[in-house]
Amino acid sequence: MRILTCVKRVPAPGARINLTEDQRAIDARHLSFTVSPHEECAVEEGIRLREANGGTVTVLTLGPAESDEQLRYAISVGADTAELILTDGEEWDPQSTANALASRIKDLEAEGQAFDLILFGNESADAGGYQVGIRVAHLLGRPIITGIKGLQVEQQTVVARREVESGFEVYRLPLPAVVAVKEGINLPRYPTLPGRLKAKKAEVANLGPAVGIGGGLQMRMLRTPKEQQTVTTVLGRGADAAPAVVDLLAELGLLR
Amino acid sequence: MSRVMVFVGDQPGEIESQAITLGHSLGSVEAVVLGDVTIAGLNRVWSVQHPLLSDYAPEAIAEALAQLVGREMPAAVIAAGTERGNEVMAHLGALLDLPLASNIVSVDASDDDWELTRVRWGGSLLEEATLSAFVKLLTVAPHSQPAFAGSGDPEVTIFTPEIDDSLARTRVTERVTVEAGISLTTAPVVVSGGRGVGSAEGFATLEQLANLLGGAVGCSRVVTNNGWRSHRDQVGQTGTRIAPSLYIACGISGAIQHWVGMMAAKKVLAINTDPDAPMVTKADYAVIGDLHEILPAIVDEVKRRKGLE
Ligand SMILES: Cc1cc2nc3c(=O)[nH]c(=O)nc-3n(C[C@H](O)[C@H](O)[C@H](O)COP(=O)(O)OP(=O)(O)OC[C@H]3O[C@@H](n4cnc5c(N)ncnc54)[C@H](O)[C@@H]3O)c2cc1C
Repeated sequence: MRILTCVKRVPAPGARINLTEDQRAIDARHLSFTVSPHEECAVEEGIRLREANGGTVTVLTLGPAESDEQLRYAISVGADTAELILTDGEEWDPQSTANALASRIKDLEAEGQAFDLILFGNESADAGGYQVGIRVAHLLGRPIITGIKGLQVEQQTVVARREVESGFEVYRLPLPAVVAVKEGINLPRYPTLPGRLKAKKAEVANLGPAVGIGGGLQMRMLRTPKEQQTVTTVLGRGADAAPAVVDLLAELGLLR
Repeated sequence: MSRVMVFVGDQPGEIESQAITLGHSLGSVEAVVLGDVTIAGLNRVWSVQHPLLSDYAPEAIAEALAQLVGREMPAAVIAAGTERGNEVMAHLGALLDLPLASNIVSVDASDDDWELTRVRWGGSLLEEATLSAFVKLLTVAPHSQPAFAGSGDPEVTIFTPEIDDSLARTRVTERVTVEAGISLTTAPVVVSGGRGVGSAEGFATLEQLANLLGGAVGCSRVVTNNGWRSHRDQVGQTGTRIAPSLYIACGISGAIQHWVGMMAAKKVLAINTDPDAPMVTKADYAVIGDLHEILPAIVDEVKRRKGLE
């Protein structure tokens, strides 16, 4: 199976988000970077499918040069090859991103075979547009299903499970297909020492810098929502606080 | 007045109704429903009828919407920012090669280009953006608008799209029902644990308390990552969003990605060794100390008052 997984580098803020002075980005000077948990799971799922069925896993991202870190992380946990579409650092809108990804995927497929399965995270952690994977699927003329928390490949079909309130829905897509997965589909593994060494030495195909900004949705600025000011009532310390806690439960009508 | 289509699907609920409210601020709303659903208080309802649409099929629904939009040319198409709403609208955006602004909280439509505010990071950050398009596509962030309530029967027009059978490829083929206890999303109280709980076994006391209170157990991502609980229990940006009457956060620091999942709780009680943890400083109530001592004492006290001991 030829598998491709698309990821996006994002900062990982802690208890609060601080913005840059021009309010166009998160102030990431003191932050580490990651990909969304959904995408970590997409990488893991690709590796598991390859382990079960043979084949290769390629990871692809569009982003600044530093995205190299996220691609190498993917290699350290088992991806075979990595591709970066370099941008100038500004965030691209979803349409431009999808166009660039789809055109790179077409090039990669022209060089080799088509990808049987392309995996995305359900939505990026930062922009949360819920659309890049779907747009890429349409540009490639392939079916896509999103919100997936269970995957199996049976010959030429991918069986996908989506969690709903009452249980789950099952979809069966003919390959080649695109699937956007959610955290919980698996528990991603940690890098091994040999994996880290391999990642260090790996070649990351680096294309670009590309220009592609100009879609119909343009971010102007970011702001943090007003924080509610709460006065915290400390009910006590240690086990001695139990009666006060239960008084509160009774007051809230939860002791029935 | 400009025409605004609001896609509500086959089971319009509260969130879909909130999307109608936003639609009303932009023009005259025409709901697009699947099958024989109607919505009181609107002038017009488009009832989309097609055998392929008898169960959820995002590609086929988007294809039907694209045909309706192409014929009627509304100023905007809106849907609720739910899993399905966002999915169908992204397909529509792809089919029509139009931009989509997802999870918006407000719109200024006084110019050709619309100025809007949308949520990022699952709700912990807001983005001001400009949307320029011939037909504007939006999804509305859940709970950012009040629900719509109207009376009077709308004019119902049946619309029968032409949909290629091949689009059945992304239709639900099967439904599996999983019997679960009290669900995280509807529980009046959620007893939630983080790294501070320390192990899978450590959750036994949280289970006990949740059972006594008729609530559910939740957890942080550290807990699911450690394999202590199933991801179904995870609260937060990449887990479940909940709004219980009371959220009891035990050994959870209060990272922003966790907070967005439970900030709609009416009251928050934090149990934490660290009085400066963000969860503690943002909570309504706090108990400072080791949860392994505090929780059993609370369980005993609840049992005593309920006359169970
Ligand atoms: C894109 C993205 C998405 C994310 N999505 C989610 C999400 O959906 N949900 C989520 O939860 N996280 C999410 N995270 C992770 C999040 O940033 C935090 O890492 C996580 O919430 C921390 O979990 P925690 O509070 O259990 O652990 P910690 O941050 O380690 O906090 C543990 C707390 O327990 C307290 N403690 C320790 N021992 C005890 C004791 N014996 N008694 C009482 N208190 C004790 C400590 O004082 C501390 O406050 C996401 C991160 C990213 C980057």
